[in-house]
Amino acid sequence: MDAFLDAFFNLDIMRQALPLLLKGAAMTLKLCAVVIGLGLAGGLALALATGARTRALRWPALGFIDLFRALPPLVLLVFVYSGLPFAGLRLSPFGAVAVAFLLNNSAYFAEIFRAGINSIPRGQMEAARATGLSRGQAMASVILPQAIRNVLPDLMSNVVEVVKLTSLASVVSLGELLYSANMARAVTYNSSPLILAAAMYLVVLWPLVRVISRFQRGLAIH
Amino acid sequence: MGFGTIFFNPDVIAQYLPAILGALWVTVWLSVVITATGLVLGAALAALRTTGLRVLAWPVILFADLLRALPPLVLILILYFGLPSLGLTLPALAVLWIVLSLVLAAFAEEIFWAGITALPRGQWEAGAATGLGRPAVLAHIIFPQALRMGIPSLVNRALTISKTTALGSVIGVKEVVSVAGSAQSTSGSATPLTMAALAYLVILVPAMIASRRIERRFAYQP
Repeated sequence: MDAFLDAFFNLDIMRQALPLLLKGAAMTLKLCAVVIGLGLAGGLALALATGARTRALRWPALGFIDLFRALPPLVLLVFVYSGLPFAGLRLSPFGAVAVAFLLNNSAYFAEIFRAGINSIPRGQMEAARATGLSRGQAMASVILPQAIRNVLPDLMSNVVEVVKLTSLASVVSLGELLYSANMARAVTYNSSPLILAAAMYLVVLWPLVRVISRFQRGLAIH
Repeated sequence: MGFGTIFFNPDVIAQYLPAILGALWVTVWLSVVITATGLVLGAALAALRTTGLRVLAWPVILFADLLRALPPLVLILILYFGLPSLGLTLPALAVLWIVLSLVLAAFAEEIFWAGITALPRGQWEAGAATGLGRPAVLAHIIFPQALRMGIPSLVNRALTISKTTALGSVIGVKEVVSVAGSAQSTSGSATPLTMAALAYLVILVPAMIASRRIERRFAYQP
């Protein structure tokens, strides 16, 4: 038991590692803000493109969504970070993560927005158009508010996935939470910093996971 | 050097194709084994929760919450680097198998449970009235329906966890990403990374198309 506590819950080592981990956590938060913002915006744009009247917009958008949902995010990240420099495009770790996750997340968010838009009966668009709104206005002020409300649980659970995904940035040496914790582990030969990092992820994500579970149960009962 | 030779150099492709195909095989069977383990474990946990005993239900809920909230890479590093200090050294392959199976089990448990709670209580009572015991009612009446309701989500989760096997590259499992990564450094070409991406597409695009078909086939009509 002592060996276990010493290996995973060594408070002295946690205290030493705390400043480094807090710095990492700040980077993780910054990364989340950028990646979630880009993903939501890109996803909405893609979802609207899949509903466009011209095939020239619809098909590329559908192809994009399928392609980037099929590729593991780590493959995209390694490709952007280590592959693109061969073509003369060298991105910083932060830039590489932002680009790779924009491609991945916008595809996932697009699928969710699309499901939301499809859940609104056609008649709503027709009724809104009949009142004199343009297609764009009807989409923005009639369809989307309802669509987003319908898929709120899915949006939330994807946000949780994205926050967890930012831990992959450690692979390209971006100094986020997991990278800092793993550095501290390597320096101290002790896994307690990893446990501390896990606790930090839990503080943010556990409440969200709880709320999502509630939502799912609520939906199942209807 | 043109775009084609950077990302699709035929000589590099010929040289590394056998290695990448071998690695793809590792990715595929790992995905199959992890999916099987995770689904069985998830079903077992959901079954424990149906007993209605708090001593059994609470640990299941705690387990499902933790494994859904933590980034899998954090767990992989904790097991891979932490266990040896307790005198237990697991091979990287075993760590990947254990962590991803547990993560899938957590999600699968929630999906099964959502299905089970969506069924009217009368089904349990009717089952009991025909003389079946609780385990028999669960196995023959409740579970098959919960499974059917959960199939679209379960298929999605299984595909996600298959993509997550790419994380094995971080601890040196010889799957697609790690083999392509070392091929990229030895060949000094970005082509192996393109091959890795294509390898995933070859497997996952058909799987995604199949999953859409399954989703339509099993759409739950209450």
